[in-house]
Amino acid sequence: MSLLTAEQIDPALAVDRAQERPGIRRRRGANDDPFVVKWAIILVAFAFLALFIVLPLINVFVQAFSKGREAYFAAITEPVAVSAITLTLTVAAISVVLNTVFGLIAAWAIAKFQFRGKSFLISLVDLPFSVSPVIAGLVFVLLFGLQGIFGPALHASDIKIIFALPGLVLATVFVTFPFIMRELIPLMQEQGTQEEEAAILLGASGLRTFWRITLPNVKWALLYGVLLCNARAMGEFGAVSVVSGHIRGETNTMPLHIEILYNEYQFQASFAVATLLAGLAIVTLIAKAFLESRIGKGNRP
Amino acid sequence: MNIEVVNAWKRFNDFTALGGVSLQIKSGELVALLGPSGSGKTTLLRIIAGLEFPERGEVRFDGRDASLRSARERNVGFVFQHYALFRHMTVFENVAFGLRARPRHLRLPEEAIHDKVNRLLDLVQLKWLSDRYPSQLSGGQRQRIALARALAIEPRVLLLDEPFGALDAKVRKELRRWLRNLHEELPVTSVFVTHDQDEALEVADRVVVMDKGRIEQIGTPEEVYNNPQTSFVNEFIGESVVVPIVVKDRLARWHSMPLPIDVSGLRDGKANLFVRPYEMSIVSPDETPLHATIKRVRGLGASRRAEIALHYGETDLVLEIDAPRAPAIEVGAFVGLKPRNYRVFPALA
Repeated sequence: MSLLTAEQIDPALAVDRAQERPGIRRRRGANDDPFVVKWAIILVAFAFLALFIVLPLINVFVQAFSKGREAYFAAITEPVAVSAITLTLTVAAISVVLNTVFGLIAAWAIAKFQFRGKSFLISLVDLPFSVSPVIAGLVFVLLFGLQGIFGPALHASDIKIIFALPGLVLATVFVTFPFIMRELIPLMQEQGTQEEEAAILLGASGLRTFWRITLPNVKWALLYGVLLCNARAMGEFGAVSVVSGHIRGETNTMPLHIEILYNEYQFQASFAVATLLAGLAIVTLIAKAFLESRIGKGNRP
Repeated sequence: MNIEVVNAWKRFNDFTALGGVSLQIKSGELVALLGPSGSGKTTLLRIIAGLEFPERGEVRFDGRDASLRSARERNVGFVFQHYALFRHMTVFENVAFGLRARPRHLRLPEEAIHDKVNRLLDLVQLKWLSDRYPSQLSGGQRQRIALARALAIEPRVLLLDEPFGALDAKVRKELRRWLRNLHEELPVTSVFVTHDQDEALEVADRVVVMDKGRIEQIGTPEEVYNNPQTSFVNEFIGESVVVPIVVKDRLARWHSMPLPIDVSGLRDGKANLFVRPYEMSIVSPDETPLHATIKRVRGLGASRRAEIALHYGETDLVLEIDAPRAPAIEVGAFVGLKPRNYRVFPALA
């Protein structure tokens, strides 16, 4: 008959003791896989990432600089490229602002009020994630295109939506709609309405309550949503491609411009412009990591 | 300020939170709204604050209809159950919020705001925490900061929702006494909600006992405790021994034997006899039809309790009463029970 040792009762103790006395063989807990298995798994994960993500990313930069720095800068400063960059920035800026406003309003409504049709609204928020971006683009063509429902009326009053900036913005807003809201809704639901009620009872106006209480309480989550929304807005290809019309120097955004260059066998130029998007991705990643650490710490400044 | 609630009704979907509540609170009073959860006490508090509106009925401040003023304009101090401190502001900014939120022409200059906030932080004895954030405070500290924040706007009414609910027992007792003292220093009309009878009876000038959206009884702690007006108040406040009896031909009966109990004003039917554990005497079985056996005696000194099995038809009804010091009682003894003081209410169906 043997009594249980302290180590058998508490595996953590066993590890502690093993570390204290290196001569003793370390006992394994149920979740400690053997050394080899552990590192094999970690290695596979890294190899996978390297092969499928890091390598292509490096390749983008290698290709971009394959004809030297001058060719690189020429490719990103030629007028058509500059116009594509400007257009992408403009579309992203407008879409992000619109989605921030819509996102805040809708998240507020969903998180802080009880009303009929709320669950329907919540499932609607995710619609852009489940619809192919091409369909999203087509929807707007069918609505606002010349053959579309509002097409003749718009044509008669000389308003251009499809194959113009408004169409690009509409398609982008549609595709990036969920990002901000999805960040805000759970946080706002968790925070409830008591702080707002407290502010109102202390004599604050609705506007002051929003600026001083509601917004600061969600600011990191909001920034996080804005970041993801912006990254997607700049990188969006499918929906934008359908509504753009590909007018060079006018309605081509960066992703579309890259595709055209590539199709014309101007690989170096296409990769040069692609480095800008890749750079955006890297900046986004870093900012995302920072914001995640802020959100993790709660909302203290 | 006087507060008057006149016949207030409030329903949430199918749930009647308030079913015709009327209440008067005098200026400078400290009133407790006491009841189990779902009794409508928090709804009543929120209606007074202007955070909810009654479907029917009225709230009057000093005789004037308060519904003409929004929550923002009512000038009430409200302490939330979970304090609702502004999490991204320091303690100082939390307390200053109400002062800074005033319209520009009424706003104090910055130094005056500083002075005032510091005075309030002194009052709640937490000035040393003024640069901290709410998440760095203990529950009791948050509670006192929430109170200082509410007092900053010089409220005409102070409303507190379960002010001690989220605190541990020791802090709770301290804060209770502290709140009572504070009320004596700053006699603002105050209303607090609680489900804890000790809290209500110890702190309040008057207690409003609520159940199922109605007021059961309003009175001083002594009145509510010593003279419960309804069956619910009797069971909810203080401990009671409940003996089911039957009233027939204006006589109280225990298994068809007449009991020497006054049941005037009660209709025939089932009723409950309520006796406080210290109001039940142990007598000889010849003196009363209430026969019982002593099962167990527990506790020491002043708080000795006896578990007694009252013979109730085929079964026994186990009661707990205060054990008398003399004559000494023995476990297993066959005794009679005689209430020295009691109340009788018709049994609810």
